[in-house]
Amino acid sequence: MSMNNQGRPTGTGEAFPASIATISGDRGLDHEEPLIFELGHGAIGVDLADVKVSEARLGGMRRKGAIGLPGLSEPEVIRHFVRLSRMNYAIDAGLYPLGSCTMKHNPRLNEKIARLPGFGDLHPLAPQSTTQGALELISQLMTWLTRLTGMPAVAMSPKAGAHGELCGLLAIRAAIAARGETRKRILVPESAHGTNPATAAFAGFTVDEVPAKPNGHVDAEALKAKLGPDVAAIMLTNPNTCGLFEGEIIEIAKAVHDAGAYFYCDGANFNAIAGKVRPGDLGVDAMHINLHKTFSTPHGGGGPGAGPVVLSDRLAAYAPIPLLVASGAGLRLIEDMNAVPDGAKPFGRMCAFHGQMGMFVRALTYMLSHGRDGVRQASEDAVLSANYILASLKDVMSAPFGDGPCMHEALFDDSFLDGTGVTTLDFAKAMIDEGYHPMTMYFPLVVHGAMLIEPTESESKASLDQFIRVLHTLATEARAKKTERFAGAPHLAPRRRLDETAAARKPVLRWKPEPVKAAAE
Amino acid sequence: MRYLPLTAEDRRAMLAKIGAADVDALFRDVPKAALTSLSTFDLPDTQGELEVERALSKLAAKNVAAGAAPFFCGAGAYKHHVPSAVDHLIQRSEFLTSYTPYQPEIAQGTLQYLFEFQTQVALLTGMEVANASLYDGSTATAEAVLMAQRITKRGKAILSGGLHPHYAETVETVAGLAGVVSRSPVTPGSAEDIVSLIDEETACVVVQSPDVFGLIRNLRPIADAAHAKGALLIAVVTEVVSLGLLEPPGAQGADIVAAEGQSIGNGLNFGGPYVGLFATREKFLRQMPGRLCGETVDAEGRRGYVLTLSTREQHIRREKATSNICTNSGLCCLAFTIHMSLLGEEGLTRLARINHAKASALADKLAALPGVELVTSTFFNEFTIKLLKPAAPVAEALAAEGVIAGVPVSRLLPKDKSVENLLILAATETNSDDDFQALANALKEVL
Repeated sequence: MSMNNQGRPTGTGEAFPASIATISGDRGLDHEEPLIFELGHGAIGVDLADVKVSEARLGGMRRKGAIGLPGLSEPEVIRHFVRLSRMNYAIDAGLYPLGSCTMKHNPRLNEKIARLPGFGDLHPLAPQSTTQGALELISQLMTWLTRLTGMPAVAMSPKAGAHGELCGLLAIRAAIAARGETRKRILVPESAHGTNPATAAFAGFTVDEVPAKPNGHVDAEALKAKLGPDVAAIMLTNPNTCGLFEGEIIEIAKAVHDAGAYFYCDGANFNAIAGKVRPGDLGVDAMHINLHKTFSTPHGGGGPGAGPVVLSDRLAAYAPIPLLVASGAGLRLIEDMNAVPDGAKPFGRMCAFHGQMGMFVRALTYMLSHGRDGVRQASEDAVLSANYILASLKDVMSAPFGDGPCMHEALFDDSFLDGTGVTTLDFAKAMIDEGYHPMTMYFPLVVHGAMLIEPTESESKASLDQFIRVLHTLATEARAKKTERFAGAPHLAPRRRLDETAAARKPVLRWKPEPVKAAAE
Repeated sequence: MRYLPLTAEDRRAMLAKIGAADVDALFRDVPKAALTSLSTFDLPDTQGELEVERALSKLAAKNVAAGAAPFFCGAGAYKHHVPSAVDHLIQRSEFLTSYTPYQPEIAQGTLQYLFEFQTQVALLTGMEVANASLYDGSTATAEAVLMAQRITKRGKAILSGGLHPHYAETVETVAGLAGVVSRSPVTPGSAEDIVSLIDEETACVVVQSPDVFGLIRNLRPIADAAHAKGALLIAVVTEVVSLGLLEPPGAQGADIVAAEGQSIGNGLNFGGPYVGLFATREKFLRQMPGRLCGETVDAEGRRGYVLTLSTREQHIRREKATSNICTNSGLCCLAFTIHMSLLGEEGLTRLARINHAKASALADKLAALPGVELVTSTFFNEFTIKLLKPAAPVAEALAAEGVIAGVPVSRLLPKDKSVENLLILAATETNSDDDFQALANALKEVL
């Protein structure tokens, strides 16, 4: 070891054995962090006056007991949440190939614009004369969504994709009722997202599954055979959850319409075709758009999302309140079911106020930044990147629908792992040790041990090449039965595999002070 | 385009590897007639950051932000001071740009704050368990009614006339599909007789406190009457800060609490995104909608957290799920959890007392004006006044004077002529004595 002239060692030192236990339990930059409730010690993180209040206007309903919240100062609270944040994987830190979830870059300009006081500090029921800029923004976003989809109308209030599905199905239900009919059945392909059958049931329909063909496409003949006077709609994802474009879609839509039913398209995968293909040209009657996928509002650890629904002429009249209309005095929100313009027959209201404005601002910022050319290029790059992965890995992994091009996500099954003892789960968890978030696993259900990889347009070629190299090596090792990387992976994450069975068997869903916990056990 | 890393050279090399002549070859399954050219879209082309910021800042400047005027709107969304640390922390990449924590080994940050959030919500509402949030207070209320219909296997829901009308419409839209939803009469400033409406077909009674007019309700007699008939009480809270001063619904016999959490950590955002709080009793756990985070251990015995009881959820149960909900309101939960951590017991109770003191002072000041009558004798930080003329034009006239005076009840109940002179005002820690004086002066002029 060399020394500088004050005797301070300058070498790299001896190797530190990975197995050694530290005194603190922390390891370098990796800190263990207690619950906020275990850290409280009667400090306070805000400076607020300690005012007294009279009982006169509380109607005898003043709180009698303490709440039980811990007290911490600001630096303690910041350190707690910064330490928690460091236990998370994030798209900003690495490739996040979750198929169907679309983890693309989240531009920071979008965050900045959403926080302008004129948007972020605006009350939903402020006089409409003081919110014209906000209404104009919503109107501009509506124009983008209707033009990109080739659909005449859009309902803006649904708060997420599944909420948008519900909105679409309630519009369909209202349209059918207006024709004096009752139709109870909804056709859903077996490859659909779980939300599709759940929403259909939620909206009071029965679900009838349509099988997939061996090539990953919906069985159009089986679907047509199921059409009849009691079918309200089909719910089809296009591109579908196998990452394939349903080529017979126009023909399917025609058959659906001929049978008096409606075509609901799950727009989760619109990001593959935005700026290239207009769902309106395919015969779609309703489609939700996940602004948090296609238009890159951040996923935020699981929300908030936003799910506006574009509607065809056949459904536009049934859009829920509020409605946005142009009037002499500017733009105006119609919030009353009984004061709607001629021809409008709203089915109801999806939520309080006017939808996910904070997400609208981010999405429009994204759209204006990309422009129509950038939106189109993003779709093409997403499709190109997925095909590049498919082409690079199909020799060592197994692509169930291998030959043809895919859309924005590449699907593999687990047949390449046959006889190796390695499962899809092991394979995915080994990716964590390699510094990657796993791909979507075991979905879609139509493929055994599915691995669905969606790289998005946000990765450079160097990043894709590195990812391919890692997966190629993992697959090669697994096939050679070199399984040490897989057994019990991950080994290098903040936690090893967690016991989900124990969590479900005896649920512990909140912290409790020790004495209470002891009494309960 | 600054967000797209692939160069023309990269694209050529990748197409060569794939063996495709051009990118359209990858879209070969798309019917030819449906593959459009760029000119199909009558929309602008790409713009730089500076241009986009300029255009959208212009739109933002057309609005009057709550912080830019004496401001008194409430009715389901409240202006509060959010400490700077909250927004700094939620913008950390690891929180902002992560997905639902389906891979718990690399999502302990998200999972632990959800566990802390669930605990905070359970403590605040006085309930045994809470979920990891729903979209907002209104959709949480609708989910609560559906849950009560599942538990009791009855179809009828009775909504208090004091429930926020947007919430009532949301419940009617969703829960009216399978059951009967009826609203009891609107009685601003007094508690309606909802108890006499409860019968053996009733699944639940839905009561908001403080109600939409600001009145504090005593839920205990309603809970007792509901339970006597085998029905559930759903308590709704739109201003969660009130729980720092008022008796929590759990201590009054509520079976499910649906609340709006926006007031803690989250901005007004013109109505969304917000965060729906949802809490209930342990015995109803398996009928609860939405995500739940639970404690467990990892392979080395270390404490950790996972999403749990997902056999209730759509991705496992499909058409048999308790709800179709997929997302929660993750980042808004985080903002709530951080702000609540900064407040703690002492901070939240102080904040609540300040809010009540401010509102009391404003109510006294306004009630002293000629032509103004205080309608709500009890309230937390929001109350209703009656004017001698319709409130909507008064609010517009005050807005023209630079004062955002409150929410006219006619905006929420446009058909009901009996409430058209009523104005709902909220006062919070953000209001100063100068704001109060400006409102009183302007109101005197307009009346």
